[in-house]
Order: sequence, then C-alpha cells, then structure tokens
Amino acid sequence: MSAERLFTFRNPWFAAGVGITGAMVVLSFIIGFVLLPYAETNARLSSLWDAICSAAGVPRATVVSEAPKPTAVTSNVVMNSQMFGPPDTRSVGRGATLAMQCAICHGSNRQGQVDTPNLEGQPAASVYKELRDFKAAARTNAVMSPFALKLSEQDMLDLAAYYSYLPRQPGSHPDPAVTAPDIVARGAPMRNIPACSACHGTTDAKLGAPWLDGQSAVYLKAQLQAFASGGRRNDISEQMRNIARQMTAAEIDEAARYYASRP
Amino acid sequence: MLNSKRLVLAHFWLAFVVFGLALLLGEWQMFVRSPLNPWVSNSELYYRSVTAHGSAMGYVFPTLIAMGFGYAITEFALKRPLIGRRWAWTGLVLVAVGAVTAMIPVSLGLASVLYTFYPPMIGNPFYYIGVVLVVVGSWIWVALMSINMAAWKRDNPGKPVPLAMFANVAGAYLWGWTAVGAAIEVIVLILPVALGLRTTIDAGLSRVFFSWTLHAIVYFWLMPTYIAYYTIFPRAIGGRLYSDAMARIAFILFVVVAMPIGVHHLFADPQVGAGFKFIQSAFTALVALPTLVTVFTICASAEIAGRLRGGKGPFGWVAALPWGNPMMLAVTFSFVMLGFGGAGGLINMSYQLDASIHNTQWITGHFHLIYAGAIVIMYFAIAYDLWPHLTGRALNSIGLIKAQLWLWFVGMIVTTFPWHYVGILGMPRRMASYDYANPAIAPEALSVSISVFGGLLLLVSAGLFFAVLIRGHRAVQTDPGEYRFSVAVHEPVRVPVALNGFALWLTLMIALTFINYGFPIAELLATKGNAVPAVYVGAAR
Repeated sequence: MSAERLFTFRNPWFAAGVGITGAMVVLSFIIGFVLLPYAETNARLSSLWDAICSAAGVPRATVVSEAPKPTAVTSNVVMNSQMFGPPDTRSVGRGATLAMQCAICHGSNRQGQVDTPNLEGQPAASVYKELRDFKAAARTNAVMSPFALKLSEQDMLDLAAYYSYLPRQPGSHPDPAVTAPDIVARGAPMRNIPACSACHGTTDAKLGAPWLDGQSAVYLKAQLQAFASGGRRNDISEQMRNIARQMTAAEIDEAARYYASRP
Repeated sequence: MLNSKRLVLAHFWLAFVVFGLALLLGEWQMFVRSPLNPWVSNSELYYRSVTAHGSAMGYVFPTLIAMGFGYAITEFALKRPLIGRRWAWTGLVLVAVGAVTAMIPVSLGLASVLYTFYPPMIGNPFYYIGVVLVVVGSWIWVALMSINMAAWKRDNPGKPVPLAMFANVAGAYLWGWTAVGAAIEVIVLILPVALGLRTTIDAGLSRVFFSWTLHAIVYFWLMPTYIAYYTIFPRAIGGRLYSDAMARIAFILFVVVAMPIGVHHLFADPQVGAGFKFIQSAFTALVALPTLVTVFTICASAEIAGRLRGGKGPFGWVAALPWGNPMMLAVTFSFVMLGFGGAGGLINMSYQLDASIHNTQWITGHFHLIYAGAIVIMYFAIAYDLWPHLTGRALNSIGLIKAQLWLWFVGMIVTTFPWHYVGILGMPRRMASYDYANPAIAPEALSVSISVFGGLLLLVSAGLFFAVLIRGHRAVQTDPGEYRFSVAVHEPVRVPVALNGFALWLTLMIALTFINYGFPIAELLATKGNAVPAVYVGAAR
C-alpha cells in the first residue's frame, strides 16, 4: 500500500479531488465571469473579453454623462502633508512684514473685532487655504477679498508660516465651567455630523481645518450660519455645509459658545 | 502517558487567563454602548477596549488552545513523547511575549485600530510586532506538528495516522497557510508605515491580504472543536465513531476550501472584481459541506451510543443518551449554536443577501454565536476532559460543570439573538455610542439591553469555569488511567495514501489560493496610485 502513487489520475482520490475542484472553478468562472456580467442590464459590454475583464475588476472606461458644472466658484486648493514642514525662518520674517496690514483685524491687539478670527498660532495649512480661497473668490468678504487679491503664492505661504509660528494667545473669555457639549465631543452620528473636536482641535486636528479654541463666538456662529445657508461655500466637498445644515440653531450656539470659552 | 503535562497546562492556563480578561472587556463594551449607560464620554476608550478584546480573543486565546491541545494529542494519539519540546516552550514564550508586546501600546491608546487592523489607520509598531510574534510562535507549533506526524509515519510505515493526530495536523497546516495573508499585510504593507519609513498605504490591497486570513482563521479556531466532536465525544458518551473515513474527508475539505474564500468579507469593497467575489462565494458554499458531514457523523455516533445504552425505536435512542454527562451537554449546546450560526453564515456568504446585513451588528452577533458559542463551549469541554490527565486529580464538581455549560449556552443565546435582530434593524457595528433617543434607533434599545444581561450570564459562567479548574487542582490525587480517543465502528487497518497525509490536499489548497487570489492581488499591485495617506492612531499632533 505504501507503494500507492498519489499524484496520478489513476489514483481515484487524486482524480476526484482535482476533478471536482477543477469543475467547481470552471463552473463558477463561467457563471461569475460570463453569465452574470451579461445578466446586468446596464453593463454595456462590447465583447466576451470585455465581460470577463469587467468581472475581473480591471479598471475600464465607462460611459459617463458630463458632471454638472458648479454654479459658483469652489475651492481649488490641493494640500498634502509635505507642503507645511517646519517653518522656514526667512519665510516667517517675510510673513511678519506682510502681516502688518492684517494685524488690525486679526491680531491679539485687534480693536474689539469680534467678527474676525484670531490667526496667531493657527495651523499654516488653514491660513494658506483661506487666503487662496479669498483670492480665487471661492470665499468672499467685502473687507478681506481686496487684501487677498494682490497676494502672490509666496506671500500666502509666508503669511501662513508666520501665523503658525506665533504662539497662540490665550482666549478672551476663558470659562473652565463650560464643558464640551455633545455636538462638539461626539457629534450626532444619526445626522451624519462628526464631532467638531475631531477636526478642529481638542480631540484631533485635520489638515486645513482651523483650530477653534478661543475664537470669537460671534464669528463662529456667523460662519456656521453662512455654511448652513450656502452663503459660504469654500469647504472641500461640502463637508462643512453638510454638517452645518444638519445642526440645530441651539447646537450652533452651544458649539460657538464652547469654543469661545476655551482658554 | 503524557510527558509534556506542564507544557500543555501552561498553554491552557495562559489561554484561559487571556480569555477571562478579554471577556471582562467584552461585557464592558456591551454595557457602555447600551442604553443602560450614558454615552461613553471618550469613544477612543471604547475602541481601545475593542482592539484588546479582539486581539486577545482572536489571536491569542484560540491559538494557545490549538497549540496546547495539539501537543496533548501528539503524545496521547501517537503514544510517544513529543519531539521538540524545547521548541514548543519557545513557541509559548513567543506567544506570551507577543501578547504583552501588543497589549502595551493598545492599553496606552496607541493602537486602537481593532484586531482587523483597518489600514489606512496605523497604530504603534509594537502592536503589529507583538501580533507577528504570536503568529511566529504558532508557526513553531505548525512545524512541530508536521515533524511529529512525519516521524511517526516513518516509524510506522503503512499504518494509518491516528485520526486525532491527522485532524490536528490538518488544523496546523490550515493555520500555517492562512496566517500568511495577514503576515504579508503586516510585515510588507503596515509595518513600514508604522515605523515611519513610508507615509502612504494601499488600503485595498491590505484588506485583500487580510481577507486571506480572516475567514480561514475561524476554521483554525474551529479545529479543536471538531477534533473533540470526532475523537472525544463518542468515547465520552460510551459510543463509537460512526466513520473514520468521513472524519478524515471532513478535515481534508476544511484544508482545501476553508482558505481561498475570504473575499466574501469584501463583498462591499470596490477593489475586487465581481467575478472573483462570485467564485469565492461559490466556494464558501462548499465549506458548509464538511460541517454537514460532521453533523451527520456525530449524530450517527450519538445514535450508536443511545442504542448501546438500550434506546429503541426511531427516537428512543435520543432519550437513552447520557444527558447528565457534561460532554453530551456541551456537544448538544455546541450543535444548536452551530446550527443557528451556520444558518446566519449562509446569509453572510450570499453576495446578494449580505448587502442587507453587511457591517451591521448582525455580523458581530454571527461570529460571537459561532466562535464564542459553538467553538468556545467545546474548549471548555476539552479542558474538562483533559484536566484529570494534566493534573492527576479528578474533576469532581460535575454539578458546577453542568451549570457552567448551561449558563454559557443560555448566556450566548441571550447575547447574540438580540444582536442579530438589531443588525437586521440596521444598527451599524464598530460604533462606540448610539443615540437611542432618536426615533430611528429607539426600537433597538430593548434588544441591546437584553444582550448586556446575556453578557452578564457569560461572566458568571466563566467564573464557574475557573472555579471548576481551580478546584480540580486542589482535589485528591488519583490515577486517571490511560487517555483514550474514540474508537470507530470500523477501526481503520489501512487507509488510502490520500487519507493518510496532506500532500495532495495542500497542493490543491495552494493552487486554489492562486486561482482565487492571484489575479486580484496582482492587479492591485500593478495599478499605480492606490496608496492613501496613513492615519496614525494615537500619535502626537
């Protein structure tokens, strides 16, 4: 019996094992790669080979109708994690000079400005993205837009480097008694709202998302309302518009008040 | 005759300690995401716990059981000392060191990526290194099982390998090949990113490699259970195994078709073509076959026992079965859970039906019913059966044992049935908190709460289990006699070469892997631009 040869079709176990497995493969191939692709009503297959390729998952050019043209200018800023390395000191220096024209509204010494963000210590990516969007008119503001129009690409990078280099100033109205509301800490999963803190600070920060701690409640509320109404539309893939539309007025208030109370 | 008592005991105890800790985490998770608890304020804690629970229960616990049981089988079935005992200890140390190495970053919140890794999420490299150490430790066991069987066959030419050893080696080979997918994923794709050598990862390809492991790992968990069905249960209830050859064929079928079917976990993933999804769905249907063969053979073996005990008529033998015997209880419970779990599995493997329950709590309910229910209850039974031979002391707490098995069974049903139900209602899995006040979710609140109480029963059952084992260590010493496996109705004198070794079946398994996975992997490797930025979990920002 030990002389019994296994790897030969004369061995019934070999014949059955290989035969049944092979038959299963062939049968399921015919069904999966030929019959099922043709059974799809919207498949638009040009040949048998095309059917097999589509079932195999080979990327194919498909007939697509033209994407609808956006009715307004949208953000065209593309960023990656390599763009904003450690700040280059010369860039920071140039940024400091350029920022003289911004300080009146965006510095910690700003004169009672509650409708502008404080930029000191903001991540470079956020400052850069907003400047680009203002220049491209993806975001508009009667005061800010004219300033951004005349900035070069290098100017915007320098300004971003400078503001990210500055230490973040303490908030104007710190109130440790205000705890994070649900919308900030957890979002509202059933309405597809992620936690604010997942992108804008405290839990996590995402490239391009501003750090909100210590910003003015008036400014934050105005921006959320602008996103909700569609008045502001420079958020990539409508992320913030989708979120703000789903937020209740009370949640917008809570979130704005919470971030303003942060140190 | 067991020369490696301490080795086997060390495996079992380490396994059960890990199991006990992970069980506590599991129940905590059930509680915090139920309406009985206000929202968990930091969802990261939840994912940390899920990662620890999954890694311990999925990688460490069953691997140690399979290893320890495998070493015991080698000595009991081959009736000779284990070859390579030092290597076996090395394997155990690797698993233990790996488990600790992986759990430190997990408990620090540096690797909350869940045990299924989920690239592009990337955790601390020590988590992955720990998992690799666990797998390498288990590969030592795979090699030892193969070597021990080969050495026995060399010394006993022409004789059939004892069924228990044959099945044990089937499990070892299955695991050896199955683990390759996740090993490639971790070592080639994830670790370079975790170590900071690369910042992007092809998440789709990673998931394809993980699916290579993800399904067959369940069959690796299942192997000790099936070995116990075939080689312990008929003996324990005073019957005989109905067919030795059918048992071998069942294990062979597991080796061939359990692995190249993992793409059914990727039905909702875009990176694998629909044709390959269909082929693997068809082969997944085939893997029900060895289970059906097993159910038939084991029920027939039970009938033999019932009739030997004087049962008559078409159903009289059922009443004559030794229902007070813990092994009888355990196998019955295991079969009931396997039946329900298997029926649910048929839905998961169907390309169309899967869409309705994909990524819902149904899936979590399903694998808990099969694994934590049908499989783990047999791990308990195996421990009860082996303990007197490992300790030289009798397990006298029969009442406690029966209570433990009953509680585990009832607890698992109460936990998993509502879990399936909320899945049908659409409750997503892998979420830390649900807004039960929302009218869309409110109907799920009751079911989820019931599950929590099922989990409590499981905790009590595990407590009894430890009590039984510890009391066993303190009982008076007795001679347990020689360890015996079941005897078949027709004990094999000679078996065909095909049923006495794995050369043909391993060839088929690897060939099927290339057919079912070759093209999808090659295509993803050849396509440029698939990589996405890694998302580092728990990293400083």
